[in-house]
Amino acid sequence: MEPSAIVALAANVALAVLGLALLLTAWRIVAGPTLSDRVVGLDMLTGIAIGFIAVVAVKTGFALYIDIAISLGLVGFLATVAFARFVLSRGERQASPTVKKTKRKDKPKRKADKPGRAG
Amino acid sequence: MDYAIAILVSLLMLGGAFFAFAAAIGVLRLPDLYSRMHAASKAGTVGSGLLLLAAGIYSGEGAILARAIAGIIFLLLTAPVAAHLLARASHATGHKVWDGSVRDEMRKR
Repeated sequence: MEPSAIVALAANVALAVLGLALLLTAWRIVAGPTLSDRVVGLDMLTGIAIGFIAVVAVKTGFALYIDIAISLGLVGFLATVAFARFVLSRGERQASPTVKKTKRKDKPKRKADKPGRAG
Repeated sequence: MDYAIAILVSLLMLGGAFFAFAAAIGVLRLPDLYSRMHAASKAGTVGSGLLLLAAGIYSGEGAILARAIAGIIFLLLTAPVAAHLLARASHATGHKVWDGSVRDEMRKR
């Protein structure tokens, strides 16, 4: 078995495993109950895409792919920071069903409390 | 190409793919936003870093290896910052921790 054949086999196995990881992360993004869960999944997706590009760089032999991976990491970091600011400013309006239930239970109590305090 | 470099690059690629897969399982299966974030930002960063290191070693040129190592350092610096910002924003907007969590030191602030 030649060295290039060993590297090609390992690259194919790594691509298959990374594709499976991409699918699992996409499942979390679709199913994630809140916006923050989806942002975590997006961050993870960027990391897996960087790994994908690195494996493609090994497979094809083009070293320029590494620069593309670095710039994708920069864009992913900025996207996560922007989403964190967005979560901070918007709050958890579209929360999970369990959180919604607790909020609905809380709101009537507060409304009932305020007139009691005022009167 | 030497056998040693080929086997080293293969092991780095398989290890990086394994870490990325473990991080994806953690993101999917862990019960809480904060524990999912710990899986994504630690194991995911190690996975991408190992794959970038494999690509840099395989090229065989010093400049490209240096660029790959710069990318790894960039990932190691930015992943904790992004995870910290997101966890802080989620906690500030009232995201509950999991019932099985032992303590929440940020609650009283």
